[in-house]
Amino acid sequence: MMDAQGGAQASGASPRLALTGITKIYPTVVANENVDLTVMPGEIHAVLGENGAGKSTLMKMIYGVVRPDRGEMRWEGNVVTVANPAHARELGIGMVFQHFSLFETLSVVENVALALPGRPDLSELAERIRQVSDKYGLPVDPRRNVHSLSVGERQRVEIIRCLLQTPKLLIMDEPTSVLTPQAVRKLFETLRKLAAEGCSILYISHKLDEIQELCHTATVLRGGKVTGHCVPSQETPKSMARLMIGKDLPVCKHDAAKAGGDVRLELAGLSHAADDPFGTDLKDLRLEVRSGEIVGIAGVSGNGQQELLYALSGEAPLAEKFPVRISGFDAGRMAPGRRRRLGLCFVPEERLGRGAVPSMSLAENAILTAARTRGFLRRTLLDFKAARAFAAECIERYNVKCGGPNAQARSLSGGNLQKFIVGREIMQDPKVLIVAQPTWGVDVGAAAFIRQAIIDLRNQGCAVLVISEELDELFEICDRMAVIAKGRLSPAKPAAETNVEEVGVWMSGMWPGAQGAAEVAHVEA
Amino acid sequence: MWKLEPRPEASNRMRYASPAVAVVLTIVGGMIVFSTLGKNPLDGFRIFFLNPVRDINAIAELLLKATPLMLIAVGLAIGFRANVWNIGAEGQFLMGAVAATGVALGFQNTGSALVLPAMIVAGAIGGGLWAAIPAVLKTRFNANEILTSLMLVYIAQLAVSWLVFGPWKDPAGFNFPQTETFTDAALLPILIEGTRLNFAFVIALAVLAAGYVFMQKSYAGFKMRVAGESAAAARYAGFSATGVIWIGLLAGGAAAGLAGMAEVAGPVGQLTDKISSGYGFAAIIVAFVGRLNPIGIFFASLLMALLYIGGEQAQQYMNLPSSISKVFQGMLLFFLLGSDVFIQYRLRRVATAK
Repeated sequence: MMDAQGGAQASGASPRLALTGITKIYPTVVANENVDLTVMPGEIHAVLGENGAGKSTLMKMIYGVVRPDRGEMRWEGNVVTVANPAHARELGIGMVFQHFSLFETLSVVENVALALPGRPDLSELAERIRQVSDKYGLPVDPRRNVHSLSVGERQRVEIIRCLLQTPKLLIMDEPTSVLTPQAVRKLFETLRKLAAEGCSILYISHKLDEIQELCHTATVLRGGKVTGHCVPSQETPKSMARLMIGKDLPVCKHDAAKAGGDVRLELAGLSHAADDPFGTDLKDLRLEVRSGEIVGIAGVSGNGQQELLYALSGEAPLAEKFPVRISGFDAGRMAPGRRRRLGLCFVPEERLGRGAVPSMSLAENAILTAARTRGFLRRTLLDFKAARAFAAECIERYNVKCGGPNAQARSLSGGNLQKFIVGREIMQDPKVLIVAQPTWGVDVGAAAFIRQAIIDLRNQGCAVLVISEELDELFEICDRMAVIAKGRLSPAKPAAETNVEEVGVWMSGMWPGAQGAAEVAHVEA
Repeated sequence: MWKLEPRPEASNRMRYASPAVAVVLTIVGGMIVFSTLGKNPLDGFRIFFLNPVRDINAIAELLLKATPLMLIAVGLAIGFRANVWNIGAEGQFLMGAVAATGVALGFQNTGSALVLPAMIVAGAIGGGLWAAIPAVLKTRFNANEILTSLMLVYIAQLAVSWLVFGPWKDPAGFNFPQTETFTDAALLPILIEGTRLNFAFVIALAVLAAGYVFMQKSYAGFKMRVAGESAAAARYAGFSATGVIWIGLLAGGAAAGLAGMAEVAGPVGQLTDKISSGYGFAAIIVAFVGRLNPIGIFFASLLMALLYIGGEQAQQYMNLPSSISKVFQGMLLFFLLGSDVFIQYRLRRVATAK
């Protein structure tokens, strides 16, 4: 860390990028207000902030995707107006987006060729890709089709695509959210190598430990404004959190689970071929979730989580009954409504459009899943008064910031809607609760609140299954943990008897006795 | 330069103002049409819009015309709200008329008091069965209901033609394509003596009220709305997609079939090959002008009936072609869709880029 920092300052005569007074106003929100940002050559500069702090908007302005309303951007000392991403690439700015923009059915080299000007010769280009990937430790076979690549490999393709244009500034938007801990380490080596050669890197993240490990300097954003600068190596995660959220990180209370509860949710050899040709087939999943415990499933996204959740909720019922048992009933072929009548509640990953109907009010969205469990039905008619009262109670108890039970779901911020949906499901007193990404996009304070609510529900005897990509979160709330990789599920292990390292290895499919562990090892090496 | 930009929030005022704006623009457009045809626009306005409401008789005619429109439109609205696009109400109307006529021809000479109720039931079932075909095709084979329901309209029209030119032709009807006229046992009772307004209007009001309760108050109606707004949310909540398609199509079909029954057992009094005058298609416009809401549909059907009768009057008194009604219907839908853009968007003046 120390030597990297020295490198950054040694080469620094004039800044590579300097923003002054950048402001961007959208009809309903001020995304950035008077933001100043200076990046030196060879510097790895973190932009730190919670979801919705304005990080992504700022990066999009640098890359020419959106235009600032006010403010000045200087590139190597000259004032520039970046007209579009092609112009940004001409200047020497490259960006790796959080969500990849690769064509699944094309090969790596074809995907790279699409991003380059003119019509490059493919075999020559494949050779260049091989050179770049060797030089920076980014192993990828240029002839493979993208749909057969792992998420980590896809990210490498995106990075190589940028590097082929020898950028002077590389923007990485939340690059580690899709990677295993081991892959994160590999990525950091590559980034350090690039920085040592003089390339500046803007690193967007809300993960404090990563920023501490990798970055030379950090600019902190909160509510669209710069709230501080720091040198991460001289800070603690706690002090940076205070800069980021304006207060200390809350902590959850978590006692040991009561042992010996009855099995409420059971996977008994669940296999299911994905409907989507690029989806993941589930292979022989086995798991038990008992009353009074929280079981977590870790894994890099795209390894079968979606398919598993659809099979559990009943949104994609199975052909056979036995593989999913809920409260002792074979539920594999049941539709979602019948599973709910067995005491299952479910918080999906997408909140707007799946967990809630955007154009409907919160009261109506309460009816969506709670009509039977909470008695909003008078024979065939609905009791809207009861639904409004339930929604109001949920808003109150879960501290949902909104215009009341009649507010449209789409008028809420992502985090507040997530609180409402989690509250709606928990307040139905479920026997089994399945939660996907419980705190995705939720601010730190609300995240702690949601986690505590899940733990409290467990203490009342509910069986809880949490599927999340955030390892820290899983370790914070889970009693037992399993890992999903390539459509297979590892055995579950008490959370206290494992650690991030081991789970990280398992996330690439290599748990003891795993089928195909050798093949996976080859791919990830 | 003017630019259309999305509003941060849909404008509620515009949502309710836009039908009124469309009506005003249709009137203005109509006056321009009259002028260019060399007619006095004020005369045109009087004949088209005021004549149809000049006395009790005229108003009864207006309500009579509005009856099938409101019946069909409220049935269609239930489906449209759930994104079930039944475009074939015209065919379901015809099949309802055919089924009711079948009952009438078979049993009217018994003079039984049960003939009329049986015709009502037969009409609803006839329309419902015709709508069940696209429902089966959609749920079993995922065939687009817009195409199948529309194509079934042409089949229904040919079936009606075959019946009135063939097996059901009135032997004493001078070879006209029509059945024998119904006896009193098979005709709906008149509501106001001296006019043609019949009991079907009461049925239509009851269906409107039932439609309102179903859409706004019932759990099934709620499920239909969720399915229309967001298919993924409906799936998540466990609402059956197949059920939504069936309810959507059957509601439209049964209501259109009832309207068909009301026509043969009402003002026409027999089945002819010109029984419909396009009510099934006009009702689509009525449903949208009425914002897919039963109360709105009530007023929209009165407006559409006005355009029908106004068109007839314009033919009679101004020597205008019969297509004038269609021109007005088209203008109304066009202006409504145009005004609806401003629910989600607003017009802003922006500086031109240098």
